Amino acid sequence: MTKWAIDVKNLTKHFGDRVVVNNISLQVPKGKIYGFLGPNGSGKTTTIRMLCGLLTPDHGEGTCLGYDICTQTDLIRKKVGYMTQKFSFWEDLTIRENLEFVTNIYEMDHVKQRVDEALEKLHLTHRANQLAGTLSGGWKQRLALAACILHQPEILLLDEPTAGVDPKARREFWDEINQLSNQGLTVLVSTHYMDEAERCHEIIYIAYGNIMARGTVAQVIAETKLKTFEISGADVPLLRQKFEHNSDIATMALFGENLHICGTNPTKLQKLIEAQKTLAQFQSKEIETSLEDAFIYYLNKAKEN
Amino acid sequence: MFRFSFQRLRALIRKEFIQLKRDKTTLIMIIMLPVMQLMLFGYAINMDPKHLSTAVISRDNTFLTRSIVSAFEKSDYFNITHKASSDAQGKKLLQQGRVLFVITIPENFTRDVIHGNRPTLLLQADASDPVSIIGATSAMDGIYQSVAQKEFNGSLAYLQNNATPAFSIQVQKSYNPEGFTRYNIVPGLIGMVLVFTGVMMTSLALTRERERGTMENLMSMPLAPLEIMIGKIMPFIFIGMFQATLILLIANLLFEIPVFGSLSVLFVCMFLFIICNLALGFFISTIAKNQTQALQMSIFVLLPCLLLTGFMFPFDGMPLWAQALADMFPLTYFIRITRAIMLKGAGWAEILPDLWPLLILMSVITFFTVKAYKNTLD
Ligand SMILES: Nc1ncnc2c1ncn2[C@@H]1O[C@H](COP(=O)(O)OP(=O)(O)OP(=O)(O)O)[C@@H](O)[C@H]1O
Ligand SMILES: [Mg+2]
Repeated sequence: MTKWAIDVKNLTKHFGDRVVVNNISLQVPKGKIYGFLGPNGSGKTTTIRMLCGLLTPDHGEGTCLGYDICTQTDLIRKKVGYMTQKFSFWEDLTIRENLEFVTNIYEMDHVKQRVDEALEKLHLTHRANQLAGTLSGGWKQRLALAACILHQPEILLLDEPTAGVDPKARREFWDEINQLSNQGLTVLVSTHYMDEAERCHEIIYIAYGNIMARGTVAQVIAETKLKTFEISGADVPLLRQKFEHNSDIATMALFGENLHICGTNPTKLQKLIEAQKTLAQFQSKEIETSLEDAFIYYLNKAKEN
Repeated sequence: MFRFSFQRLRALIRKEFIQLKRDKTTLIMIIMLPVMQLMLFGYAINMDPKHLSTAVISRDNTFLTRSIVSAFEKSDYFNITHKASSDAQGKKLLQQGRVLFVITIPENFTRDVIHGNRPTLLLQADASDPVSIIGATSAMDGIYQSVAQKEFNGSLAYLQNNATPAFSIQVQKSYNPEGFTRYNIVPGLIGMVLVFTGVMMTSLALTRERERGTMENLMSMPLAPLEIMIGKIMPFIFIGMFQATLILLIANLLFEIPVFGSLSVLFVCMFLFIICNLALGFFISTIAKNQTQALQMSIFVLLPCLLLTGFMFPFDGMPLWAQALADMFPLTYFIRITRAIMLKGAGWAEILPDLWPLLILMSVITFFTVKAYKNTLD
């Protein structure tokens, strides 16, 4: 038995003559929560679809749960729980009917009992006969997750499962994922939320179909070698104008009244700030580089290529 | 390959039926489409089986033949609308559906009657309107009687005394597949409604599922392509059968249009034709990117069906290229088969020439559809 739940090499996918996923290699260890990050249109959904056999890669090869992603998709489908980016259960079926359908498709026995259990866990027993389309966004996501894990899959592929969901529901959702992971389930989850990325064991960042960084959150940040300074004071708007288009600054962003600037060369950055000290009123201090800054840095780097 | 599973298939079919049950618009359309069409055509076409247009080919013009023709008119069933000069012209009128009857009075008819040769008068009838024909042909005795009473007097009185009639009327039924009659329109209507349901509704239902993203979910589950296809198609088989039955029932109850042939043969043929259309609808859904495209492609199929397959315009009257084109549509064969079963009482043997092209078309379309359908989003 290999330790990888997902092990793919050089996956490439074109749509027309556009390369959407470019030579991606990915190894996801069993039992881990693996975050999948990247800007819109970077190829996250496309990659996930290739992993569960919904799209055939143009080049590359690999396995998911030990099954070949090109030739053994039938076997993969039985053991994968795939939650699509867009809610894809049947809005004109009730919650119960949706769950019953899934249970039957995976050829499980004791259908009624399993569905009742799932409803119980969802706290949806009293609304079982409500049409799925009438649920709010957060409940739809919970229903989708419940339906995805009904057949006890070995790996979960979650494509932006918490998009548009409120913080409390998001936290509950992640608690559930942590619990599943503790039971040995592997989870690959794509997200745009930094706090969710930080809840993953490891993350991978892709931009324009290329992998830009991977590892733990700390590793991904450290790898950028970025240093960040926080500037506060009355003249922040002035400084912001002055620092614009400065090649020594990799990213700059306003957080309330404070300005964060980061760059890969701390001495140059410090000089830049010192030079302004006589001209403007402000204080500065070094702070930890955030994951967001790291991602913007990677994105700009990807743009240059 | 998956093991074929009844639990899965049953779940798929159940899901489709639940969704159908909640889709009120579609439900109304399923019922209203055949009913409205049938009403429209049924009432637009002359319901009165009297004063039916008739042509006369008269090769003998005497007091007797004039009397016979007027006896025909007085019977209320016939309305002499055309005078034809040749057999060919009479046949053409009949084929074009301009007249339902052609009366042919042979040469020397009067002389033969007087000499006691008992000549025969020919009445050709378009049998594709069977009920009208029954009424009209039953009037033959009355026509003879009224002619005999009026003309066989005086020097011809001896003709009346004979035990056998002085002339006979031979009724020749010729089946005309092109006449625009209620009887001909019903088989065409069944065909059109089945094409509509099969091609348009199926392709729309499938592209809708793809547009909503639920198809992606379905594909990510362990389902064989064949299971998805059968699951999707099954409700439409029922819908098609239901609509066809509805048309037959209304046609029978409201317009007294009977089915002369075997119902079971008819339903087997309908089933084959429904499969044809469903496969075509499924095929369209594999190339259409969205519902609009599916609709456009379906209309692209429906339009030639309406115009070329003999539903609206007589097949024989079309130019050869159009006939060749129409030969590629299953509906062309289905209309012929259904007309033959319903109106002529045809059985397997008689419909065979039109059945095998239908079977071939069905196999070809199904083959390409199964080939075109992929269980991926590529
Ligand atoms: N079937 C398709 N045909 C053509 N182009 C496609 C198809 N699917 C995706 N694309 C394109 O491929 C690119 C990558 O799409 P993908 O959905 O994988 O991005 P993503 O990382 O999931 O983005 P998001 O964060 O917005 O979900 C996009 O530009 C998209 O327009
Ligand atoms: Mg996506």
